Amino acid sequence: MDAAPDPEHEHPARPVVELTDAVALLGPYPALAGATIRVDPGEIVLLRGPNGAGKTTLLRVCAGLVPLSRGEGRVLGHDLRTERAAVRPRVGLLGHSNGLYGDLTVRENVRFWGALVGATGDEIDAALERMAVGGRLAEVPARKLSAGQRRRTALACLVARRAQLWLLDEPHAGLDAAGRDQLDDTLRAAVAAGATIVVASHELERAGSLATRTVDVVAGQVRSVA
Amino acid sequence: MSRWRVALLVARKDLAIEWRSRVVLDQVLPFAGVTMVLFAFALDSDAVLERVAPGLVWLAVLFSLLVLVQRAFAVEAADGALDALRVAGVDPMSIYWGKGLSLALQLLVLEALLLAAAVVLYGAEVPAEGVVLLVTTSITATPGLAAVGTLYGGLAAGFTGRETLLPLLVLPAVAPVLIGATRAVESALGTAGAATSDGWPWVGLLTVFAVAFGVGGSLAFGPLIDE
Amino acid sequence: MTTTDLDAGTPARTSAPRGTGTRATRVLGIATVVAMAWLVAFGLGFSPADRDQEESVRILYVHVPTIWIAYLAFVVTAISSGCYLFGRKKSLGFDRVAGASAEIGVVFMAVTLIVGALWGRLTWGVFWQWDARLTTTALLFVTYIGYLAVRRLGGSHHQRAKRSAVLGLLAVLEIPLVHWSVRLWRSLHQEATVLRTDGDISMDGLMLFSLFVGVIAFTLLYVWLLLHRSRTMFLEDLIEDRGLDQALAARRAEAEEVRP
Repeated sequence: MDAAPDPEHEHPARPVVELTDAVALLGPYPALAGATIRVDPGEIVLLRGPNGAGKTTLLRVCAGLVPLSRGEGRVLGHDLRTERAAVRPRVGLLGHSNGLYGDLTVRENVRFWGALVGATGDEIDAALERMAVGGRLAEVPARKLSAGQRRRTALACLVARRAQLWLLDEPHAGLDAAGRDQLDDTLRAAVAAGATIVVASHELERAGSLATRTVDVVAGQVRSVA
Repeated sequence: MSRWRVALLVARKDLAIEWRSRVVLDQVLPFAGVTMVLFAFALDSDAVLERVAPGLVWLAVLFSLLVLVQRAFAVEAADGALDALRVAGVDPMSIYWGKGLSLALQLLVLEALLLAAAVVLYGAEVPAEGVVLLVTTSITATPGLAAVGTLYGGLAAGFTGRETLLPLLVLPAVAPVLIGATRAVESALGTAGAATSDGWPWVGLLTVFAVAFGVGGSLAFGPLIDE
Repeated sequence: MTTTDLDAGTPARTSAPRGTGTRATRVLGIATVVAMAWLVAFGLGFSPADRDQEESVRILYVHVPTIWIAYLAFVVTAISSGCYLFGRKKSLGFDRVAGASAEIGVVFMAVTLIVGALWGRLTWGVFWQWDARLTTTALLFVTYIGYLAVRRLGGSHHQRAKRSAVLGLLAVLEIPLVHWSVRLWRSLHQEATVLRTDGDISMDGLMLFSLFVGVIAFTLLYVWLLLHRSRTMFLEDLIEDRGLDQALAARRAEAEEVRP
């Protein structure tokens, strides 16, 4: 693992995610069946497991989108049973779509999300630089970007709106080798700047080298991997 | 961040997209224009055209409204941006107001141009004493149209392949606006001897409509786009 | 979202009812048939022809009750929508009643419009008059067709329920606006004869009684249809849930195979 040791990781700080026996339903089906997981600040946690194991639902629970039916959960200090609305603005969830406006430039997309939380121009510039979509690329309409550039622009939007917990669902899907390398670099940069990341991925080798910790998701439950 | 500020950001974003993509200019305006010409073919009489010019203008506005609404939400749905806004916890009421505001501004421009087209194509005349009524009608009718359009546009946006639902939901709901705005403009233009003062009750109707659907839409939009 | 998508939960799943009839609905059904026969007897037989409208007045014994029941059905839809939306239990039963009632309302309204057009042709010489009540009714008809289309959009039962409940309440907002605007637009229609408040009832006693029979018969029919339709909706939801269960079981089995 080549991730820089995070100073915060040394002291047991307040966990970013803390689920205890979490049960969440997709319709009548228990997609999460008693999941317990703890994520500390500055970690990059890889969730791995077969399709239908509950990885995506776990991310959506952490994002405050899917309610807990049983169990307890706190994200960034907010109770998932009572304060889901407070969780959402501080968490970034990135699934298969990037949520970009194709007719706007990279900078305009990032600025829109930043403006929602009152980010300054400097913050926008910093976000663009950190996700490697600054400079000339920033003035290109989003629809002309490559898949990797689009993904990084979406991440820059997360930086701009100051999401502290990043929940990424298969972020490497659809990227070429160069795009994946660049994505990994930007994710490390984000963590260095204070973000915490949970990744669900099939690209085990790829994501494994990125992650500071790997856990297995099996049949709606979380098992730690040594 | 207050609701209004977020709404203004959303509106500015939408207008920036329109400005950049020029879809309204390149496609919706020509569509509205050709509609006006086709009305003339169908009615085929100068006298009739002058008599029904106000109604035709608003009919063309309604058709364009459907196109504009579809466009406004296609932009959001293309890459899951509306979902991203919801996931990020952005207040649905702000999204509703922002998109409604951008739609209303586009409609106002369109109405002005269509009225000009009616003057050119149908020989409608705007007397000086009718100008205030004309402008007021436009300003009161437009928010109502935008409120209904944004509300049902948001509902239909979640279902790709069900775009046909939008006209079915929007057109019966905006029928009062078509009636009210047409009568008011007839009064403003003095069509068929209508007096200017007859138009004001209709402006009242348009105002009530705009307020009712503005409030109803603000409350209903969140539940309708929520999963 | 609640824990299960069906109020009845698992026990009902294993013992789903075999039909939608109960003793109460059978009694109600028989009563409806009797009332309809009664209506035929009075509407076509005992009641006299009108001095102006002659035999065509008999159409009103269907036209008036169906329009009243259609409006009643939409009121029931609105109330049930409100009960679903603002009730603490979020009971899908209210949603089904709302949907069933709207369906029946649309059918009754179609009957009203068709029968009314025929009556108009005989009485006024035209099928259609652009008066306030007719036009409002036609617009409402389309509005509720839209409501029914939204109900079929899919998603989970509770998604459907929430969406259509909101729409059911918005339609109520629409009714007075449409009616007011159309009324302002033109009011050629004769004032409603029965509801005239000056006490001058222009219908003869037997005619009024026939109308009364019609209202009773169509109300019974409405309740009977509502009970059966909301129960079939329950069964439809049950079938959908079973399909989902099977799909999930299949998917889980698939996941088992993938795992080493």
